[in-house]
Amino acid sequence: MSKHHISTTINGEPVEFLCEPQETLLDVLRNTLNLTGSKEGCASGDCGACSVICDGRLVCSCLMLGVEAEGHSIVTVEGIANGDELHPVQRKFLEHAALQCGFCTPGLIVASKALLDENLNPTEEEARYWLAGNLCRCTGYDKIIRAVMDAAAEMREEARAA
Amino acid sequence: MNYIVSKPELKAVGTRPVRPDGVDKVTGRATFGADMVLPGMLWGKVKRSPHAHARIVSIDTSKAEKLPGVKSVITAADLPEIASEEAFVGEGPMNFRDLSRNCIARDKVLYEGHAIAAVAATSQAIADQALELIDVQYDVLPHVIDVEEAMEPDAPILHDDLFTANVEPTPTKPSNIAKRVYFAKGDIEAGFREAEVVVEGRYTTKPVHQGYLEPHACIVTVAADGQAQVYSSSQGHFMVRAYCAKLLGWDIANIRAVPLEIGGGFGGKTLIYLEPLALTMSKRAGRPVKMMMTREEVFRGTGPTSGAIVEVKIGAKRDGRIVAAKEILKYQAGAFPGSPVQPGCMCGFAMYDLPNVEVTGYDVVSNRPKVAAYRAPGAPISSYAVESALDDLARKLRMDPIALREKNGVRDGSKTHYGPTHQNIGFLQTLAAAKNSDHWKAPLKPGQGRGIACGFWFNIGGESSGAVHINEDGTAAVVSGSPDIGGSRASMALMAAEVLGIQVEKVRPIVGDTASIGFTHVTGGSRVTFATGMAVTQASERVVEQLKARAAQIWEIPPEAVDWRDGAAYPAGSNAGAFEPLSLGEIALRAAKTGGPISSEVSLNAQGAGPGFGVHICDVEVDSETGGVKIVRYTAVQDVGKAIHPSYVEGQIQGGAAQGIGWALNEEYIYNNKGQMENPGFLDYRCPVASDLPLIETIIVEVPNPRHPFGARGVGEVPIIPPMAAVGNAICDAIGIRMTDLPMAPPKVRAALDTQALPKAAE
Amino acid sequence: MPSLSYASPTTANDAIALLAGASGQAKLLAGGTDLLVQLRSGRVRPDLIIDTKKIPGIIGIREENGDFIIGAATPGAVIEAHPQLKQVWPGVVEAMDLIGSTQIQGRASLVGNLCNASPAADSVPAMIAAGGVAVILGSKGRREAPVEAIVVGPGRTSLAKDEFILEIRLPKPPPRTGDAYLRFIPRTEMDIAVVGCGVCVTLDAAGVCTAAKVSLGAVAPTQLVVKDAADALIGHTLDDATLAKLDAAARAVCRPITDKRGTIEYRTKVAGVLARRTAAIAFQRAQGVQVKAH
Repeated sequence: MSKHHISTTINGEPVEFLCEPQETLLDVLRNTLNLTGSKEGCASGDCGACSVICDGRLVCSCLMLGVEAEGHSIVTVEGIANGDELHPVQRKFLEHAALQCGFCTPGLIVASKALLDENLNPTEEEARYWLAGNLCRCTGYDKIIRAVMDAAAEMREEARAA
Repeated sequence: MNYIVSKPELKAVGTRPVRPDGVDKVTGRATFGADMVLPGMLWGKVKRSPHAHARIVSIDTSKAEKLPGVKSVITAADLPEIASEEAFVGEGPMNFRDLSRNCIARDKVLYEGHAIAAVAATSQAIADQALELIDVQYDVLPHVIDVEEAMEPDAPILHDDLFTANVEPTPTKPSNIAKRVYFAKGDIEAGFREAEVVVEGRYTTKPVHQGYLEPHACIVTVAADGQAQVYSSSQGHFMVRAYCAKLLGWDIANIRAVPLEIGGGFGGKTLIYLEPLALTMSKRAGRPVKMMMTREEVFRGTGPTSGAIVEVKIGAKRDGRIVAAKEILKYQAGAFPGSPVQPGCMCGFAMYDLPNVEVTGYDVVSNRPKVAAYRAPGAPISSYAVESALDDLARKLRMDPIALREKNGVRDGSKTHYGPTHQNIGFLQTLAAAKNSDHWKAPLKPGQGRGIACGFWFNIGGESSGAVHINEDGTAAVVSGSPDIGGSRASMALMAAEVLGIQVEKVRPIVGDTASIGFTHVTGGSRVTFATGMAVTQASERVVEQLKARAAQIWEIPPEAVDWRDGAAYPAGSNAGAFEPLSLGEIALRAAKTGGPISSEVSLNAQGAGPGFGVHICDVEVDSETGGVKIVRYTAVQDVGKAIHPSYVEGQIQGGAAQGIGWALNEEYIYNNKGQMENPGFLDYRCPVASDLPLIETIIVEVPNPRHPFGARGVGEVPIIPPMAAVGNAICDAIGIRMTDLPMAPPKVRAALDTQALPKAAE
Repeated sequence: MPSLSYASPTTANDAIALLAGASGQAKLLAGGTDLLVQLRSGRVRPDLIIDTKKIPGIIGIREENGDFIIGAATPGAVIEAHPQLKQVWPGVVEAMDLIGSTQIQGRASLVGNLCNASPAADSVPAMIAAGGVAVILGSKGRREAPVEAIVVGPGRTSLAKDEFILEIRLPKPPPRTGDAYLRFIPRTEMDIAVVGCGVCVTLDAAGVCTAAKVSLGAVAPTQLVVKDAADALIGHTLDDATLAKLDAAARAVCRPITDKRGTIEYRTKVAGVLARRTAAIAFQRAQGVQVKAH
């Protein structure tokens, strides 16, 4: 079985890797590229712990083959902060204590950022439905939703001020 | 020192700083069990039984061994045979022989998913291929899953050497009933004779899984001389070390267990599955071995909690005073004895001051995974039954359900039916807070129903170690032995910062490995803030004594003449001398010259854990055509003693409530008639998602536990206990039907409505 | 590990040649949200994966004379973001939107959902009710088939070995037409439909139904076209008597199974409930009322 040579962009950087056809993008990120921020919680697209953004769209990296990444642009949790400057979503998760064990957190950070990239003014219900694909077993989602709504408010304010 | 009494104005404890491990977790940098790699590592995988019950006739690993890339193949024959030895494993009773056989089957497989062999290979793909090449011959046996079926005299027997304990006369025939538990107080027959109103009910629950997002994972490396490192996520790396040493027959000193971040446990990671297999293969192959379960393996091969049948009967006077309370609990233990039936027996009635009580429990094995602890093990099931029955009682008496609890609620001095006498508890205060809450006072909309339910957990103390080291620049390191599941590191830093009198950002906490900190019992039983917090607090106090002694030395005055406050040494009164205060930083700078490093480690066995009480209020809407239940409002009230870090206290309460709601509405193990699990994934094992829940309001009540320096009680387990009955009672309020079978999924609710609507047959 | 190959043809003919020439099992890959799950679980063990996403026209939505043409591999997120499609066929768009999470929506496609051929597929009853047509390419050329002719059994389609669906055409609806899709699931999201119902109605100026199509999902091995339910609507407004007939017609046609997602009895009852609720929304939309299904 021969490996495919894939050229892609990950977190803004050009990246090349070799992978076998059956390897998922999640496998490649974690095992080949050592980007272990994205997690395997179920490998069947039901928990969202592997969430990444592909060409601006939120997807489960366990449901993409590594070979499918050719020519596309991927953003992982490692690419959300800007150097040591955290994204508002990250800061609000910390302020609101919206994480306990932290395992679902990378997926939720990516999914929340994707939500706010598309809609800076979600209602609580819209936020909950958008994030329904991200399981959290520790928090009951309460502080997560508060963090996301607060991040949205801050980002709206910044956009107004700009 | 008791800071509640002596220092009412706390500066650090009770605040909400950002947790010290937070940035790593929101950026994906934190290292969990599956995130670590070691050079030259092999991938380990487990072969599992497809049968619920079978004798292992033979296992042929020869083809697998020959596959290029395979470096080790093991079966039970490669691990020592462990003698029977009772223990308290993690958070529940178990026998070490059973633990060994649970990790890898010997002679028999007892559940679908039971591990029978393992391989280590140079890639995951090769390891998977090797598993398929292992040839196992089974002699399939009849199986039994349901708890009452397993109790039948003619049920298929799992263990030929299991005789029911604590029954008279001593049985001679093996049974699936491992033991009988019995508690009694007063005279139950007399109690029911005295009763003016009686309610009874039979409640059934299904096994549910803890549902932690992170599958079990570890990476181990064993040198040729037998010295081993185990990197894993667990709820107790000292437990990992101890159990691996036990199961492998190795010296404990030869295993260093290093705690990685853990992605949820809830009790399910207070024991081991993969580590002994990985260690055995790593030693054979001379290379590190990494193992990770798939989600399917987690469901098929690790312990959920019991499914159960509970019968409850309660008798009361018309004024609401309960005079008789009886409960029979039958809990599935899974493949080996050790269900949490005993805590179930203890907790259901523990909130109420009852003169006549009889509780009988049965621990029953059946062909499904060995149960593991799940957050307040045993109590949620028992309280589902008791709190539902009390709701029926309140309706029969036309009494407000909170008033009924207040009339019978325990207070200081109340004696429980299982032995201890309550001291310094806050149940009545918790009920009062619930009664005065906005939620309780808010009117219901048409079509909505409201229910309340209560919960009790005793919480534990136990062995913990904590160390505080003062760095040369006056910042501090706090090391403890408790894996951090829910934010406990932050609480350790807060307590140390409070005692030392410095900013919490200057106090950096870590979880030390087994060679770097003293023995610490598992993270469970809601014990860490209590017991490890106590160790850290005491270590901080001893450091303060050292700091004072150093200041005394510098000032050339006796140590008793030095006070410590706000992070500095002060002369204790004008007689001591007119010295300028010496800050912690200033003393630290001079540590070498005044005697050396300033540091303290405390190991203790914490006693006096204070029990916790919770009261939950739930509002629902029921779609009567589909049976769908929507939670429209939820409030959890709980006495936490003292909220060290209020945000994480709230988080524990909300998380426990969410798990209880899932248990109430949709979670269950579904088996086919071959005893195989049909829903081993998050698609059909239905945990609550974000859109299923409303915001969960928390009301924190603080009745301090005087046995903890800051008054803390365990928090984490109480909140999973009330939700099932709170939801069931709300549904009863909405549609007038008592749901007695969990989960209360839409088809059952719809069926109950249809049955109620049927015209009654002529009598 | 049986060796797995991957190809991503850049023309339809290349894809057909790969399908026709495959010596072992070949599986088409669009969004992958079903295929990768099945690969991982071992339910399918193909020799060749053919990625369709580079085929011209397979991703995208266009309007032709009032018909909507939706490329087979168009992700749900693109479908939901198309204002005209949402305006004209809100039921089809909602049905697609209900499939899985936001992450699934980023990849999953109408045709992937259709060709996976689960009896519970959400998009299919809605496409059937809307009169959707599949445009199929193969070595014999191009053909069209109504969506209800594609699924022949659980996991099986009527497509030949060398055929694939290029696009779905939703025909221009007559004036005063409205469609809707509802499903029942135990949670609020993330579940496979226990029952799904798609309804499309055309009304006259007085609000009386002149044409109707009703399709039920998850209550039989394939999606059902419920003629009796449509007949119950035609010639009537949605009054109580009509609703009762509709409910009964939906229930009568159900042949569900009892499985981990629902019992026969329950599915049958809920089919009736959903038929009524879905028809109510479709009628309102046909009268120009903007209604959100949920």
